[in-house]
Amino acid sequence: MWTWFYKLASPPYVYGAAAALVPWFLGAAALALGVGLIDGLAFAPPDYQQGDAFRMIYVHVPSAILSLTVYTLMAVASAVALIWRIKVGHAVAAAAAPIGASFTVLALVTGSLWGRPMWGTYWAWDPRLTSELILLFLYVGVMSLRSAFEDPGRGDRAAALLATVGVVNVPIVHFSVVWWNSLHQGATIVKLGAPSMAGSMLWPLLSMWLGFMLFFAAVLCIRLQGEVLDRERQSAWVREAVKS
Amino acid sequence: MNVGLWRAMTLVVRRELCLSFRRPDQLLQPLVFFLIVTTLFPLGLSLQLSALRDMAPGVLWVAALLSSLLSLDSLFKSDADDGTLEQLALSGQGLTVIVIAKTLAHWLVTGVALVLVSPLVGTALDIPGSAFGVMMGSLALGTLTLSWLGAIGAALTVGLRRGNVLLSLIVLPLAMPLLIFGAGATDRAISGVSAVGALYFLAALCVFTCTLAPFAATVALRITLE
Repeated sequence: MWTWFYKLASPPYVYGAAAALVPWFLGAAALALGVGLIDGLAFAPPDYQQGDAFRMIYVHVPSAILSLTVYTLMAVASAVALIWRIKVGHAVAAAAAPIGASFTVLALVTGSLWGRPMWGTYWAWDPRLTSELILLFLYVGVMSLRSAFEDPGRGDRAAALLATVGVVNVPIVHFSVVWWNSLHQGATIVKLGAPSMAGSMLWPLLSMWLGFMLFFAAVLCIRLQGEVLDRERQSAWVREAVKS
Repeated sequence: MNVGLWRAMTLVVRRELCLSFRRPDQLLQPLVFFLIVTTLFPLGLSLQLSALRDMAPGVLWVAALLSSLLSLDSLFKSDADDGTLEQLALSGQGLTVIVIAKTLAHWLVTGVALVLVSPLVGTALDIPGSAFGVMMGSLALGTLTLSWLGAIGAALTVGLRRGNVLLSLIVLPLAMPLLIFGAGATDRAISGVSAVGALYFLAALCVFTCTLAPFAATVALRITLE
């Protein structure tokens, strides 16, 4: 029963699996993003208050969700790597961190571009915005801690511990709109009861979210291959893989 | 020699306190830094005293955070440099006990001193005397929580030659809830509203960190020491 789990801990298997999965993830991501973009930009009705500017949602919301999902994934991979001493976990965490940080930057940038016409300002010191910014600082901290050590194994473990500790920030970002009275709008989609959004607007968003997830999976697989190759560069299978 | 947990802890605390009081200048530096930073704000902003009062909680808390961060760097560093930390880790006592003792001693030297100086800064920033109780209470809870968080950061960066900036980069994001609720409590006390809610939240954060942070810091030390 646990063999699949053991296989995941073996670098050559992970390298091969990641290489095999990339085209599938990329193709599916292109499909979902294409459908979401065309549907969202061309067919979804304009918002009665925000007009066409609301279409920023189709980039902003998926990247904001992904910024949290990627952090959680990075923390889980780090914890797995620390607890069971599985080296592939460190490779996953190291591959995921820059992608997560990019999604966080994207969420912040699109949010402030959206905020300018809607709230009249690029930036407000609002709980959700601030906690998202803190999330970015956490990503930066984890990445710079990893590279600060001369011994890569030590840097990996130190960064893994920091990522695990920093996971306390994820619920703070997620619930900041609930706990504090915020300028940012509250939960619209994931909540008890029906989503407070029309289906014609919601479906493209879900498609975009799926597309972002698949795109992240594809980029993660590509970066993971690089990380695994770099970490295992002394071993025989890497030499063979590179030669062939 | 086999000594109990409690005895080991008091011994380490006493050693740390003894070392700190032998070097009083190191003890005073974070306090002077605290005073200087709070002086810089009125100078740079050239505000009226009334406007200063509105900003006082934020200024006070930012200065407190920065000055305790300044002293965190030395929490494990000097002991790691001369090998004392390895000896303590090999002493047969759990490393967690040593971490708890060192962190508590660090707080007693920097945090408590900061709390005791804060009325002086508070007066300078025109915080009314009626708010001093809440201000000192929140600072006491906040600096203790920061010491626990900082122990993780200091343990992670102890082996690095230039870990000081990285330490701030690691600890400050985690410390932001402290700033929000600490400055919030002081602000409420100044405007005469009950600050109990924010104080309870600070106390909860303090309990949360002091139950979990020692173990995280121990793991971090094991990673960087080995």
